[in-house]
Amino acid sequence: MAKVMGLTGNEAVAYAVKQCNVDVVAAYPITPQTIMVEVISQYIYDGEMDAEFICVESEHSAMSACIGASLAGARVFTGTASQGLALMHEMLYIASGLRCPIVMGVANRALSAPLNIHGDHSDMMGSRDCGWIQIYSENSQEAYDWTIQAFKIAEDPRVLLPVSVNIDGFILSHCVENVVVLEDEDVARFLPPRKPLITIDPTKPITVGAICLPDYYFEVKFQQVQALKEAYNVIREVNREYEKLSGRRYDFVEAYAMDDAEAAVLCLGSTAGTAKVVARELRKEGKKVGVVKPWVYRPFPEESIIKALGDVKAVAVLDRACSFGAPFHALCSDIIATLYRHGKDIKVFNCVYGLGGRDITPMEIRSIFEETLETARSGRVREYIKFIGVRE
Amino acid sequence: MSGEKKLGWKDIPIGGYLLEPGSAMKYKTGDWRAFRPVVDQKRCVNCLLCWIYCPDGAIVRLEKYIDVNYDYCKGCGICANECPVKCILMVEEKR
Repeated sequence: MAKVMGLTGNEAVAYAVKQCNVDVVAAYPITPQTIMVEVISQYIYDGEMDAEFICVESEHSAMSACIGASLAGARVFTGTASQGLALMHEMLYIASGLRCPIVMGVANRALSAPLNIHGDHSDMMGSRDCGWIQIYSENSQEAYDWTIQAFKIAEDPRVLLPVSVNIDGFILSHCVENVVVLEDEDVARFLPPRKPLITIDPTKPITVGAICLPDYYFEVKFQQVQALKEAYNVIREVNREYEKLSGRRYDFVEAYAMDDAEAAVLCLGSTAGTAKVVARELRKEGKKVGVVKPWVYRPFPEESIIKALGDVKAVAVLDRACSFGAPFHALCSDIIATLYRHGKDIKVFNCVYGLGGRDITPMEIRSIFEETLETARSGRVREYIKFIGVRE
Repeated sequence: MSGEKKLGWKDIPIGGYLLEPGSAMKYKTGDWRAFRPVVDQKRCVNCLLCWIYCPDGAIVRLEKYIDVNYDYCKGCGICANECPVKCILMVEEKR
């Protein structure tokens, strides 16, 4: 009989971290992530988790401590959001550059100014080129499942890259949902202790983070490019192994009602849940619409997205972050690049929504779907970029 | 150094790690030099100010005068500047 727990997104990630037998957690609390590390520190205090919790004075230090611990061979976790992730920015590149398989929970939140604590993807999208594997969850169950899988992906010797597991601030981080959890022994079997290839060890000194000049820097960066390519195979393998363990099937992309769809909405995270409800209603009205939700954002799953989109004629790409001054916003730019590269003539328009935690309603998503259907019929995009719900 | 065969991305350790200590010895920085210090050893008084000030340890102590290790000398010119008898001349490298 499967064990079901009522967990918020933050608690689901924390529970997964406990089961993953993490050695070191270095973190600084920030809304809406706070509870994630608060719960972990409670586990450690109560003796439920044998780990070192390092209280640091900032997120820059949190990630620095994580890098040191990871290089020493520990399994490492941290969590952050928004300004905290921005403050970590420098260290994010060092974590990936030094090939530290750190896992980080990010409760996505808007960036200042103006100050706002609510959910949007500005934080992670602002660091999307940092060389991390980036995963977005739709609900607490996915956050739990991906956190466990994240360690296995990160620590694979073919990958050795950090992974961020993103949950929408408040919408997921603070919302209690039923989560089917695994037994501790099953997680332990799926995820044995980390076996680092190289560690910092006083008896066998190595140098990490030495200067690397124009004659070698480029080659080191190319290794990271290759590691993210390798990650495709590893993510697939880990998904299949996790499916055998849990019965829950993960992939790069989830395609909902896409089999004969003419038009689609493509989005990340919790909004996909609302979009699925709307798609179901529209299907009842005989409208052929579906939803595509990339779980994995980096490495960008081009093939899976092309496969998921199938024969649709139009797609609306929803971005919960703003790339100021760019021709399209982050996710949509990647989708358009993917379609171009695969020679697909699918009409695309971009909807920026939900900045600073503004709700996106089923009615708004319905009107986006209707516009995709209209675009599919006419073959013409009426407006390339729409800002959903902004008042004049 | 220019002319040495450099390894490709498959053959170097990941993450720019250096797996053996003291490997800076192998990394010869002499080709960064735009000006080469040339010592007039007849005039050198062997005061060793250059040896003290050289940031790269590229001054070689001989019995009665100094010499320069051109494998590591980056040509900063501090030695020439500090030399009290001005017996070190910075000469442009012609490559």
